[in-house]
Amino acid sequence: MAAVKDKGKGILASLDWVTIVLYIALLGLGWMSVCGATYDFEQGGNFFDFDTRSGMQIVWIATSFLLGMLILTIDERLFDTFSYVLYAAFLVLLFATPFLARDIKGSLSWLKVGPFSIQPAEFAKFATALCVSKYMGSTDYDISRWWNFLVSCLLIVVPMGLIVMQRETGSALVYTAFFLMLYREGMPGCILFAGISAVLYFVVGVRFDQDALWGIQAISLGQFLVMTMILLFTVGMMRLYTEPLAPVLRVFGYGVGLTLSALLFSKYVIPFDVAWVQLGVCLVTIGYLFYLAVKQNLARYAYIGLFAVGSLALYYSADYALNNVLKDYQQTRVRVLLGMIDDPKDAGYNVIQAKIAIGSGGLKGKGFLNGTQTKLKYVPEQETDFIFCTVGEEEGFLGCAVVLGLFLALILRLIHLAERQPYASGRIYGYSVMSIFLFHVMINVGMVLGLAPVIGIPLPFFSYGGSSLWGFTILLFIFLRIDAGRDRFVHN
Amino acid sequence: MANDRQYSYRKYVLGGAAVLLILVYLCRLFMLQLMSDDFKRNADSNAFLKRIQFPARGSISDRTGKLLVYNRPSYDITVVLSEMKSMTEQDTLDLCKSLGITREWFDRRMLEIKDRRRNPGYSPYTQQLFMTQLSAEEFSNFQERIFRFPAFDVQKRNIRQYSYANAAHILGDVGEVGPADIEADDYYQSGDYIGKLGVERSYETQLRGEKGVEILLRDARGRIKGSYQEGKFDRAPVPGKNLTLSIDLELQQLGERLMKGKLGSIVAIEPSTGEILCMVSSPTYDPRIMVGRQRGANNLRLSADPLKPLLNRAIMGQYPPGSTFKTSQALTFLEEGIITPSTAYSCSGGFHFGRLKVGCHGHASPLPLIPAIGTSCNGYFCWGLYYMFNNRKKYATTQQAMTTWKDYMVSMGFGYKLGVDLPGEKRGMIPNADYYDKYLRSWNALTVISISIGQGEVNLTPLQIANLGATIANRGYYITPHVVREVQGEPLDTLYTARHYTKVSARNYEYVVEGMRRAVTGGTCSSANNPWYEVCGKTGTAQNRGHDHSAFMGFAPKDNPKIAVAVYVENGGWGATYGVPIGALIMEKYINGKLSEASEEKASSFENRTIYYGSSQR
Repeated sequence: MAAVKDKGKGILASLDWVTIVLYIALLGLGWMSVCGATYDFEQGGNFFDFDTRSGMQIVWIATSFLLGMLILTIDERLFDTFSYVLYAAFLVLLFATPFLARDIKGSLSWLKVGPFSIQPAEFAKFATALCVSKYMGSTDYDISRWWNFLVSCLLIVVPMGLIVMQRETGSALVYTAFFLMLYREGMPGCILFAGISAVLYFVVGVRFDQDALWGIQAISLGQFLVMTMILLFTVGMMRLYTEPLAPVLRVFGYGVGLTLSALLFSKYVIPFDVAWVQLGVCLVTIGYLFYLAVKQNLARYAYIGLFAVGSLALYYSADYALNNVLKDYQQTRVRVLLGMIDDPKDAGYNVIQAKIAIGSGGLKGKGFLNGTQTKLKYVPEQETDFIFCTVGEEEGFLGCAVVLGLFLALILRLIHLAERQPYASGRIYGYSVMSIFLFHVMINVGMVLGLAPVIGIPLPFFSYGGSSLWGFTILLFIFLRIDAGRDRFVHN
Repeated sequence: MANDRQYSYRKYVLGGAAVLLILVYLCRLFMLQLMSDDFKRNADSNAFLKRIQFPARGSISDRTGKLLVYNRPSYDITVVLSEMKSMTEQDTLDLCKSLGITREWFDRRMLEIKDRRRNPGYSPYTQQLFMTQLSAEEFSNFQERIFRFPAFDVQKRNIRQYSYANAAHILGDVGEVGPADIEADDYYQSGDYIGKLGVERSYETQLRGEKGVEILLRDARGRIKGSYQEGKFDRAPVPGKNLTLSIDLELQQLGERLMKGKLGSIVAIEPSTGEILCMVSSPTYDPRIMVGRQRGANNLRLSADPLKPLLNRAIMGQYPPGSTFKTSQALTFLEEGIITPSTAYSCSGGFHFGRLKVGCHGHASPLPLIPAIGTSCNGYFCWGLYYMFNNRKKYATTQQAMTTWKDYMVSMGFGYKLGVDLPGEKRGMIPNADYYDKYLRSWNALTVISISIGQGEVNLTPLQIANLGATIANRGYYITPHVVREVQGEPLDTLYTARHYTKVSARNYEYVVEGMRRAVTGGTCSSANNPWYEVCGKTGTAQNRGHDHSAFMGFAPKDNPKIAVAVYVENGGWGATYGVPIGALIMEKYINGKLSEASEEKASSFENRTIYYGSSQR
């Protein structure tokens, strides 16, 4: 018994209190925002009444604390021991969920447990993170071995696919955050880059497909931008991964020169789609790259060529698939996801109202409970996905800066903690946690600000709801528990 | 462990990306929250339903306290178009039914509201005027169903009500603001009312008060969620100020009676204060037809009338003053030393000079000043002007003499607007040397001689003629005539309390007063003589292309005058025919408070005398 006591004392001493303080600060501000978002001008409100969402959120916060403390008392080696079992159990649960769940607004992700509804997808994240970190943390793991890398990817993609089956695309997309962790663990940067490029091609290409460039109706802005990106990325990779400068300058010079002259010709002489010229430039560049690969016997040129081919193929197939393969309602869903139409019924309403709410906050905001847009229900989902609107409206620019600053501090702190882990598995888990938080903040706040597609995922510690709050708490506190045990390695 | 070290630089890449992301979001927040007010305005129009509270417009009463204009409640129906989306076809039909309008009218009105050229203040998010001036009965029908049409709202406001059919030109009226009014003053919104004519227009800012506003919170479905911050930002309407006119309603009514069937004007002024006691312009109209939804049609009909009933002839009619003007000439000649009271000029049936002849009527000759005024001798004043303009000892040139003459006229309030507190006043016409230099190849005293008898280029408004009477009654000064005696809780503009002295000394005024007294006791105005008080007067018979205009200018009593009056009857013939008797009745009514039996009879006979005006004459 004495040994156990000793260990508990050790935990308090080695616990990272900075993260705890950030966690509590974010929860406090989050609760205020939920109060603001659900306050009713007419009925006033007792924030501690459990019939209200602010009251219920107190329950979630209190239980989260309990949950966190419980996790801190668990020996961290247990996480390692049970991670595969946990992962397997969650896969089964995720698989079963769509069959058990009731349809809530088109989503099949909620399970009814007694009086509460829980969302298994929110808890699957920590299980996946534990599993991936155990697998990748083993001493014989080498990310540069393709089957090792493939298994890591599969561990991530399988739950992602199961969540897509629950029609929770947003929650599923969160799993792409693990690639940030993979990048830290040595995944070639170009894979991350290629992935980001693919997203960019798709988003930009579809988003701006119907817009005209420079008033020339013949040119599709989306296509022009994608072609320009492919050309510039190719040139960039040549510069980064190959030695001689001359071919780089040659491709860059011809590419930019031809595109610009075609653009001017199209503007002032005969309007035509400049994308054809750009496509020609890309194809010639690809040929040139393969020629260089053969001539100089350098595989890198070929890889860059393949990148360009892949880019073109991806763009055209995505474009084709969207316009020809997908049914109308599916196209609408994609466009909604990209924020081209926010609500099939009332185009642009949600994001416009979110911007109005935030923009009306000004420097200092309207003051706690004085926000009108959120409370009068102009902003959709104002206590869950669009909770940041309440911060913007009531606390103004200063309040937003404080909240974003706290999130940034948390993320940087998590990187710091991850880097000090003695085991690779601890570090991998830490980066997974950091990546998930970063992704949530990036997409959620970006969506509210009109910078990211409208993907319904919660803002950690702010959005109302037990599942997400418990999920984030478990994710964070397991890492804090792992971190608290870091010295054991030294003592042993 | 190899991986740790090899890739640990990537913590900076990831950390840097996080920092960059937050910076980008902060820039975006900066743009949204601090660079533009649009979102704030948008949010306000989203969430705040600003219900305007219209103040009661000030009432208007006459100098004796009789209430002339007051308010009656009426109901306007407003609509917020963006909230109409949820309205079904059946709702629309029910709405039309309860308002008693047709579906076609509804659609047409919606198009009108959305037309930004006709309705520059249009926005689908703010209240737009749908229907105006419903009576209490019409409204009660709609009120029972209003909860079913959340896009529609009711605003109570007041419309004008007139107690009497008189004084239309002075009172004026109110009407909906036009685009120009909205442009000129932010206070107005489409559908507001503004004074269009008369004191309603000239005292608009005092009468209208300040609109109040009640800020209500409205949720995304258009439901009202109470008042914003317990009404901290609400503003109560400030009622308009009441006006007391200097007009004596009974005098005004008498004047309008006397002018029935004739074109022209009567203006009476209290000399000591400049207060206008009555201001009649004939033909007139009943101000009560200019309220309600019939205003537009009636306004159109009146403006199309060839006799121009909307024209306030008292301040907009510019007439040759005829002989009433001779008093101003006598004052000028006396002051300039051209004549003395004993200077006599011969008049052999008029003013003869070479081939030039200005006719006169039979009277003794030669005459000194006082009887010359009394008999209204043309010759006397022609000679006066002749000697003035040709006096090379005093004036180097005719032009210089003309300029001096003009300065006298202007000092008596001619040639420029007097500044009465009514809109649309005209300035009349006093020629100057430049004018003749410009329009005549050469000119001299003889060329312009008719200005001395109030003919030729000289034109005055009836108000200016009445003001001449007041100036003489005051022996040398006037206070700018005005129709508003008191604005509730506000001192009168100093313009209406300051004395304007003419260039002529009080001593010289006495001679002219004597002359005007002579005209009543034994001259052209003898019918104005009465046993109760001493009347002073001067007739005017202004030559005209058609029949002469009949004019009278006078005041009474001679000492401590209480009233100065000008009468101008278009094509009324001799001054003595219409001008003198009408002027006498006005003075009697005001000074005695009532008309004697004989005078009442006379008044009735004048009321029934009609002058027929061919359309070619005006």
